[in-house]
Amino acid sequence: MSPEFLLTQLLNGVQFGVLLFLMAAGLTLVFGVMSFINLAHGSLYMMGAYIAALTYGKTGSFALAILAGVVGLFVLALILDRLAFSVLHRRDHLDQVLATFGVVMFANEAVRFFWGNAPLYMDVPAWLAAPVPLFGFNYPAYRGAIIVAGLLVALGLHMLINRTRVGMIIRAGASNRDMVSALGVNIGWLTSFIFALGGALAGLAGAMVGPILSIQPGMGEPVLILTLVVIVIGGIGSIRGAFFGALIVGIVDTLGRGVLPGVLFKVFDPSVAAAAGPALASVGVYVLMAAVLALKPAGLFPVRYS
Amino acid sequence: MNTLAETPSASATPRRTPRQLAAIGVIALFSLFLMAIPVYSMNSGDAYVLTIASRILAYALAAIGLNIVLGYGGMVSMGHAMYIGLGAYTVVLMHAVGVDSGWLQLLAMGLAVGVIAIVVGWISLRTQGIAFIMITLAFAQLFFFVFVSLKAYGGDEGMTLQQASDFGALTGNRTALYCALLACVGAALYGTYRMAGSRFGLVLRATRINERRVKAVGIPTLPYRLAAYVISAWVCALAGFFLANLTGFVSPAYLAWSVSGELIVMVVLGGVGTVVGPLVGALALLLFEEALKGWTEYWMMILGPLIVLMVLVFRRGLWGLLSAPHSDSDNAAEETP
Amino acid sequence: MTLLLSLRGLVKRYGALVVTDAVDLDIAAGEIHAVIGPNGAGKTSLINQISGETRSDSGRVLLNGEDVTDWPVHARARAGLGRSFQITSIIPEFTVLENVLLPVQAVRGHNFRFWRAATATAELVDAADRFLSLVGLLGVRERSAGVLSYGQQRQLELAMALALAPKVLLLDEPMAGLGPRETHQMVELLHGLRRDYAMLLVEHDMQAVFKLADRLSVLVYGKVVFCGSAAEVRDSSIVREAYLGDEEIPA
Repeated sequence: MSPEFLLTQLLNGVQFGVLLFLMAAGLTLVFGVMSFINLAHGSLYMMGAYIAALTYGKTGSFALAILAGVVGLFVLALILDRLAFSVLHRRDHLDQVLATFGVVMFANEAVRFFWGNAPLYMDVPAWLAAPVPLFGFNYPAYRGAIIVAGLLVALGLHMLINRTRVGMIIRAGASNRDMVSALGVNIGWLTSFIFALGGALAGLAGAMVGPILSIQPGMGEPVLILTLVVIVIGGIGSIRGAFFGALIVGIVDTLGRGVLPGVLFKVFDPSVAAAAGPALASVGVYVLMAAVLALKPAGLFPVRYS
Repeated sequence: MNTLAETPSASATPRRTPRQLAAIGVIALFSLFLMAIPVYSMNSGDAYVLTIASRILAYALAAIGLNIVLGYGGMVSMGHAMYIGLGAYTVVLMHAVGVDSGWLQLLAMGLAVGVIAIVVGWISLRTQGIAFIMITLAFAQLFFFVFVSLKAYGGDEGMTLQQASDFGALTGNRTALYCALLACVGAALYGTYRMAGSRFGLVLRATRINERRVKAVGIPTLPYRLAAYVISAWVCALAGFFLANLTGFVSPAYLAWSVSGELIVMVVLGGVGTVVGPLVGALALLLFEEALKGWTEYWMMILGPLIVLMVLVFRRGLWGLLSAPHSDSDNAAEETP
Repeated sequence: MTLLLSLRGLVKRYGALVVTDAVDLDIAAGEIHAVIGPNGAGKTSLINQISGETRSDSGRVLLNGEDVTDWPVHARARAGLGRSFQITSIIPEFTVLENVLLPVQAVRGHNFRFWRAATATAELVDAADRFLSLVGLLGVRERSAGVLSYGQQRQLELAMALALAPKVLLLDEPMAGLGPRETHQMVELLHGLRRDYAMLLVEHDMQAVFKLADRLSVLVYGKVVFCGSAAEVRDSSIVREAYLGDEEIPA
């Protein structure tokens, strides 16, 4: 196991973490501020990927594709919230789970209906195709770009939440929604904005992931579930928790799949390693989640509620 | 909202409202119908009906299990499919260690599922609300991936049973399987009914509605919620055991989160926290799915929005329509099961 | 004179805001001890710390001589601390009988009994009926609690606390929202119970307080500024200052 391999895996883990952060940041705000459990978040991610791929196919411009994914999902999420989901904000969690479950069902089938089961592909744009020399080995430029983009978004979110008025209202809303409403803030538009922001972030994640994963119906759910793990580990409503949680989950999951089997083979009998390796690898993040929960039920960076 | 099965009150007079009579009538008719199916099947040689009915009953059993924790306990578990999967895989795993006896397999299943449910339940119940839902979902995924990675047992694709659970002369007998399922469903329904009115049931139902109050009267709520969780896990596992023997096939698909979602739909569609609701819901959903599947391959495009509609419009479930009206009346104590 | 409830130096802070400021309090058997004070004085927070819903930052809570400061809510209830809530906290979907069965069940062994209907268990039902008749709700025992009048629900609230057979009753504004006739009924009820329990009464209705209380503690900004008999409180200038503009003290 060469150091290059390890470093590559580590960077891949960071890249995966960054994508998970984009998903988790929006979703954790929706959970925390609106107490709205949205299982259809993965569908938003999927739509981002599809819109980007289709735009790229039509226009050949990668930048346009990403933009379409982000803006398109912002608008789509806004419409979705105003027209349909706002009713659910007032309902109990069971209703929300069921309704968004229904939406997921519909979204996956609709995508399958319009574009079929076969995956769409998106090429890495030419200007990001060449590998980048890094610490003495080569790392794909595109993945590096994802990391950079994600970190920039993280920074932007940090500034938004902590340094702007909107962000202050959001933080207040996460702590005490009724109070914020009583202070005259239009809760309806605030929640729609948060939902749309989450949608845009999911759209960005989906759009960026196009060139490295296959775009197909149902691609959103595995990512959604890992996003939920991130939020649980990080703490509901906490962007900081989403950031660190995402990095932890991204790295643990990637290293688990990439590195752990090899380690096991070195240490244990091949037959044991062959059996245990894949199992442990995919299960690793969930065991981590269980461990965090057993010790800190509110997550690693819980938001303090009034 | 609907609560409960009729509780024999120490001093209430056993009058029955017309609605209750109607409900009992429906249940009786329905039971007769269910019992007639194997007879029909044997006489006509039509095994298909028996298989479909068995499958519906198996999922109904799982829904009854979920209803204990979701309907009565108020815990939205998005991961109960994992217990169906555990029950199903028990058959295969026990066979691999040389145990084919159905009864021993059931015993092993009870022990294993009990331990897993206690651990998963305890960890999950340290949280509530949204977190609880997410964690139950994540645990189900955990087991999903465990089974996917067990290449020796089919991995991703699953595997067919090499040997059905051995129940002596009845092994592999479809009619016997159906009757056993029917008996289990009946027992589960009756058990739910008794549990709902029991001391345990009172505590559980009260905890769902007002946990703060229950603690203030001196009852620690966690042990009771955990017990409800474990019991529901057992019932779901039993359903999985039946499914494995019925289809002769196990795969990680049993643990897919969409299965958990469909179980919740069944419970809510039938009527949350009623005794018979889950059976009605399972029947309605599965029959409807069969009908839709026959019509278009994109049936989920239709079912999805219908589920959304159900949530927005149809709050009390199908059985809820039949049983007593909202607790605004004096008759609230004498509700139908 | 046995002290059934003692608070020693209870402190609770939320950030820089001190909600409970080194509160000492004693209640003896058969005593009704009222806690009064202007709005925002921290009365409900105090009750929550006594019942165990809120963790104090420092200080001790002693129940019948036993230090229960670290005990969870249900353990304190089992040890003899009954509570009625300011905002009615019953189970609306249950019948009146079933509501009272809960505390009755709680003090009679464990509740992992899955088969026999609770309402068919004579021992439980008889005990519940006794408490129902004590508060005057026996006639509506089969009714769904959600359809009771507000006053009846407050009575049920009290019955649930009593059915624990507690030694100490925490009553958080039992008269809240009651009309004059119902208030009178509640006062009579509590008066009839005073010998058997020690009560901590948080109330705004001063007439009721002065009728019932043996001693009063006046809570202002989380601090007990005065503790004495009803007469002493009425004459106290400290109390008058604290209340200026907030409440009427009947002459």
